[in-house]
Amino acid sequence: MSVRRLAAVQPESFAFKPDTLKKARRAMQDFPAGRQQSAVIQILWLVQKQEGWVSEPAIRAVAELLGMPVIRVLEIATFYTMFMLEPVGTHALVQVCGTTPCMLRGAGELIALCQSKLGPRDHRSADGKFYWQEVECMGACSNAPMAAINDYYYEDLTAESLGKLLDDFAGGKTPKPGSAIGRQGSAPAGGQTTLTDPALYDGSAAKKIKIPNLPTPAKKEKA
Amino acid sequence: MAGLLADKDRIFTNIYGVHDWGLEGARRRGAWNGTADIVKQTPEWICDQIKASGLRGRGGAGFATGLKWTFMPKQESERPHYLLVNADESEPGACKDREILRNEPHLLIEGCLIACKAMRSRQAYIYIRGEYVHERERLRAAIQQAYDAKLIGKDNIHGWDCDVAVTHGGGAYICGDETALMESFEGKKGQPRLKPPFPAGAGIYGCPTTVNNVETISVVGTILRRGADWFAGFGTEKSTGTKLFAASGHVNTPCVVEEAVGISVKQLIEDHFGGVRGGWSNLKAVIPGGISVRMIPAAECEEAVMTYEDLQARGSGLGTGTMIVMDKDADLVKAIARASYFYKHESCGQCTPCREGTGWMWRVMERMVTGEAEMSEIDLLLDVASQVEGHTICGLGDAAAWPIQGLFRHFRHEVEERITNYRARRGVYAGAAVAAE
Repeated sequence: MSVRRLAAVQPESFAFKPDTLKKARRAMQDFPAGRQQSAVIQILWLVQKQEGWVSEPAIRAVAELLGMPVIRVLEIATFYTMFMLEPVGTHALVQVCGTTPCMLRGAGELIALCQSKLGPRDHRSADGKFYWQEVECMGACSNAPMAAINDYYYEDLTAESLGKLLDDFAGGKTPKPGSAIGRQGSAPAGGQTTLTDPALYDGSAAKKIKIPNLPTPAKKEKA
Repeated sequence: MAGLLADKDRIFTNIYGVHDWGLEGARRRGAWNGTADIVKQTPEWICDQIKASGLRGRGGAGFATGLKWTFMPKQESERPHYLLVNADESEPGACKDREILRNEPHLLIEGCLIACKAMRSRQAYIYIRGEYVHERERLRAAIQQAYDAKLIGKDNIHGWDCDVAVTHGGGAYICGDETALMESFEGKKGQPRLKPPFPAGAGIYGCPTTVNNVETISVVGTILRRGADWFAGFGTEKSTGTKLFAASGHVNTPCVVEEAVGISVKQLIEDHFGGVRGGWSNLKAVIPGGISVRMIPAAECEEAVMTYEDLQARGSGLGTGTMIVMDKDADLVKAIARASYFYKHESCGQCTPCREGTGWMWRVMERMVTGEAEMSEIDLLLDVASQVEGHTICGLGDAAAWPIQGLFRHFRHEVEERITNYRARRGVYAGAAVAAE
């Protein structure tokens, strides 16, 4: 378990921006009447998008919106590690994956770079622009090592390419997410070895087909 | 041709995202073709076909999918039925569902509609892990396309009213467990529930629910289009079909690839993953199905095949089919210690053996990495691992124990060597201290 607590210093108040509130109400509609509580994770995430982190007044506001006891929302905010409980950097939240598959392919280098360039983990950098942390598996193992920066995945990184990305973010730019070595998605580096048959893409698969094994009008048992 | 499977027999033809992920592109590749004829059939017919295909759940446990669907009540009642798709892919090593979510979303949506018909459900929810932001945006856009084309929703052209909605998590591995997933879905902490009641009796909101993996649902449409016997023609009797495999770690070209189940570990690595770094002889061990299965040493990789039964017989498992390859330069003890930290971090804290045990095992493993341990602690560690295994509500306790057991089963001598070496060094220092007095 990870122990997580709210920040010592909290803002006075929190207010939903109209756009956030609109999206929150939209999320609540996906669930049956009386079950709006199901949207709590989505709404906390929207709050985090708006403010950069989840504050104690925001937790109260979400509880009020959903008609939930505050303690239940507090539980959610502290249980789920995606919610940042203190202010993060103004330019980028850097989450380097450090779990075994990334570790085997050199996540240690990325972590060392973040340490030397941005300072201690789980803290804002000295210039206030960055906040970095080591996170557990992000589910992009075939493109390891990787880091998620402001929600999007930057893959196949080296200390050098991550350093360049961080410089870009510091300069206010938003580099294109994806593989740093130009891989197409999760295809093998150097080009794909499968799915090269052009017949797959010529539209022949869209021709009208007859579904096999359909029952004959008098219902019959299938093996 | 590399591997066993020809391109024409691949289900996921846009797995690398080269082509259009949208509705038009997906249709050109065969998605939504003949869906109306399938959805017109009875739920029994669909379940029977899926049973005949031998499809087993692709999320790791490998339960027979067709059979699972038949556990749902046979009548619609005032308690609605739900399909909950588990897209909370967080297993270290696993990265296959992500490719479906972002590059083949229409196969998933189509599968949702068919599966809903098979279990008499009017609502499918897809619970996607919170970190997959791009994938979520893609999936939502694809669902919107499907609604606009009246493929799903009220009065759709397929004749089975069915809604599909996306919700997401907040970065908790434990929510990949089906009961934790349901808790999280309902807006609670993701702490697993006791079974029974099973989800098919009382799942989300106390209503009948079936939880399936993304890949399982996504292959359903193509299986029915091409016939159960086509799918059952690949693999072995107990492990049929095609499946997404992936590699990470010390291979030359890690990637995700669709292959026939039953391909050998060696062929999979050599044909698709560019071989082991430094050549096959440099291989040390493979964790074949995501980090939570036990590793198999290089010698066994020669003849191991990617099926449920073969890997189980080797004390491992097919799991998600996503392997972690380690060569001779890899520090296995450190790799497993890092995995132990992962489980310590992700334990939900509900059951004492797991909450306390994962942290304890991690701390001991860290000392094993340097060798700063007592020889007797190895047996103590294995004893604790066996006490955690099987004594928790969900499988996380088991999953935390297995990598450690796998390590000591095959590489105990390496850890012992480390401990001996560490002591030898200490001995020198102690002697030096005596001499200085």
